[in-house]
Amino acid sequence: MSGARPAGVRRPGTRRPRVRGGRGSVVPDAEPRSYYDLPIVKAPVWTWEVPAYFFVGGAAGASSVLAVVAEATGNASLARTARLVAAGAVAASPPLLISDLGRPDRFHHMLRILKPTSPMSVGSWILALYAPAAIGAAGLDVLGWFPRLRRVAGVVAAGLGPALSTYTAVLLTNTAVPVWHQAKDTLPAVFAASSTMSSGAAAVLVRPADPTARAVAVAGGLAELVTTEVMHRSLDDDVAGPYGEGDSGQWGRVASAATAVGTALVAFAPSGSAGRAARRLGAVGMLAGAAATRWSVFRAGFASAADPAATVGPQRRRIAARTASDRG
Amino acid sequence: MAFFTDTTVCIGCKACEVACKEWNDVPSTPLELTGFSYDNTGGLGSESWRAVKFVEQRLPEIRQQGAEGAFVAAGQQGPDLRMVGTDGFAGTPDELDLTRADGDGRALAVDAAAGAGDFRWLMASDVCKHCTTAACLDVCPTGALFKTEFSTVVLQDDICNGCGYCVPACPYGVVDRRPDDGRAFKCTMCYDRMKGDMTPACAQSCPTDSIMFGTWEDMRAAAGDRLEEVVAAGLPGAQLYGEDTENGVDGCGAFFLLLDDPEVYGLPPDPIATTKDLPTMWRAAARAAAAMVVGIAGVVLVTGRRSQR
Ligand code: SF4
Ligand code: SF4
Repeated sequence: MSGARPAGVRRPGTRRPRVRGGRGSVVPDAEPRSYYDLPIVKAPVWTWEVPAYFFVGGAAGASSVLAVVAEATGNASLARTARLVAAGAVAASPPLLISDLGRPDRFHHMLRILKPTSPMSVGSWILALYAPAAIGAAGLDVLGWFPRLRRVAGVVAAGLGPALSTYTAVLLTNTAVPVWHQAKDTLPAVFAASSTMSSGAAAVLVRPADPTARAVAVAGGLAELVTTEVMHRSLDDDVAGPYGEGDSGQWGRVASAATAVGTALVAFAPSGSAGRAARRLGAVGMLAGAAATRWSVFRAGFASAADPAATVGPQRRRIAARTASDRG
Repeated sequence: MAFFTDTTVCIGCKACEVACKEWNDVPSTPLELTGFSYDNTGGLGSESWRAVKFVEQRLPEIRQQGAEGAFVAAGQQGPDLRMVGTDGFAGTPDELDLTRADGDGRALAVDAAAGAGDFRWLMASDVCKHCTTAACLDVCPTGALFKTEFSTVVLQDDICNGCGYCVPACPYGVVDRRPDDGRAFKCTMCYDRMKGDMTPACAQSCPTDSIMFGTWEDMRAAAGDRLEEVVAAGLPGAQLYGEDTENGVDGCGAFFLLLDDPEVYGLPPDPIATTKDLPTMWRAAARAAAAMVVGIAGVVLVTGRRSQR
C-alpha cells in the first residue's frame, strides 16, 4: 500500500468488527479485532487483463477437448469450429498476460525456470506448449496440410487444454486472500464448468443448428450455475461477504442471470431462422456469463483482502479449534 | 540471521523507517496524514519496508485484557500490578503508564497531573517476516525471490518482471508492486550490509534497542528471556509472535514481543504459506479438469449418436 491512504476508517483505536460466526465451525465464534480496520493482506495489483485471460484461456482449453471428441464422433464441422475457437482464444492470451506485467518487456523471465510451487510458472509453461499446438492444429486444418500432424497437434492441445482451463483457479486459491484460498476445493470446478460453457457457446454462435454444440453449451451452463452456488456456500460467513455485496456481488448476479437466460435460450429455442437467432443470442449471453463469473471472482478477492475480519476470523477459529483439540 | 523486535520499549520515533529509506534508497511517500493515529505510514509496502504501528488503547480495554490475557490462568482476577516491580511501579492500574519504561524496561508511574493515565500506546515496528517457508518466494514464477545464505528472503529487482503474484500470496501483506516502476519491493534485511558484517540499518538506528539483530538462536533466546521479564512484570497480554518454528510459515526470521493479540497490531494471528496446501489444490484442479473432459466427451457421444439415428 505504497503511500495509499486507507479508506473507511471508522474510529480510532482498536475495534471489534461485527461478529459473524463461521458456518459449520466447531468452535465458538471468534471475535476479531483489527488495527484501525486496515487490511492485513494485500489486495492483488492485477488489472482486467487477468480475468479476461482466465476467460479466453478457459474457452480455448475446453474447445480443444471439444474438437478432438467431435472429430472422433465424426462431426467434422463442429471439430473445425472448435479448433478455430481454441486458436483464436489462445492467440489473445499472451498479449493479455504480458500487458498485465509491471515490466512487460521482461515477460520472458517467466520462462527462465519451471517452478512446481508456482501455479503461474506452471501455467506459463502450459500456455507456452498449448498455444503452438492449438494454433498449429487450426492452421493446418485451414490450409488442409499434413492431416496426421494436424491430428497430433489437436490431441496435444486437448491434453493440455483441461489444465489450461483449471490451473488459473489454483493460481487464485494459492494466495492469502481469504475468499480465494477458502475456495481451494470448489473454485477449480467453477472454472472448468465456465470453460465448458464458453466452448459450447462459442460453437453455438458459429453453428447454431448443431445439436452437439448446443448440448455442450447447455451442460456447461447448468454446471456453471451449480458449481458457483456450491462455491459460494462453501465459504465461511465472514469470508463470503463479497459475493453478496459490492461489485463482485453485482457481477455474480449478472453472471448467473446471463448464464441462466442464455442456457434457456440455447436449450429451448426452436429450429428455423428465428430460433437460430435466439440461440445465437443465448450463446452471447452465456459467453457474457462466463466472463462475468471470472470478473466476480476476481473482484471478490479485492474486497476480501481489504476486510481484516475476513483474514482474522478464520485464523482465530483455526487457533481455537487447535486449542480445543489439544485439550480434548 | 534474525530480527527480534521488542515492542515494549519502542517509543515510536520512526528512526528505523527513516534509516531504512536512506540506506536502501526507498522512494519517499506523499506527506499525508491518516488522521487516526500518529501512524502515517499505514503499513508495509513497496515504499515502506519498516512501518511503525501506533495502537491507542483505553484503560477499560487494557483491564479487560488483564482479566482475559494470554498469561492469566483461569479463575484468576488478572495481574496485581501493585505487586510488580520495585521502583515507581506501585499503584493502581490507573496510575501506571504502560507505554513508558525506565532503564530496566519497567513501566513507569503515570504523571497524573498530565492526565495521561487513561490510555496507553502500543508501538511496534513491523517488517517482512523472512519466513522459513515463504509464500512470496514459492509463488514467484521468475525466481526473482530467493533464500540467502543468511536464511533471509531477498527480491532481485533485476529479475522481477512485475507479475505481481507475490503481492496477494504473502500472508502478512508485506510485499507490494511499485506503481511507477512496475516491480515488486520489500525488506532485504539489508542483505548488502550483512554481507559486509554490518547490522541492518533499522536495528543500527533504533535508539531503544527495540529492534535487535543477531543470529536466529541468539534472538530466540533474547526473546524468551524478555518475555519472562515482561510476564513477571505483569504486563497483560504479553506474547511472542513469529518465533515458533511450528507456525504456518515454519518460523520467521523476524519475530516480535507484543503486548496484545497480533491482529491488534495489524498482524494475522495464524498465517499460513498457502503453498503448503498446493497438493490439495492441484488435486481439486485435476478432478475438475477430469470432470470437464468426461462431461464434454459424454455429451458429445450421446448427442452425436442420437443425431446420427
Ligand atoms: S511471505 Fe511475506 S513476510 Fe514472508 S518472506 Fe515473503 S514477503 Fe516476507
Ligand atoms: S512481482 Fe516480481 S518478485 Fe513478485 S512474484 Fe512476480 S516476478 Fe516474483
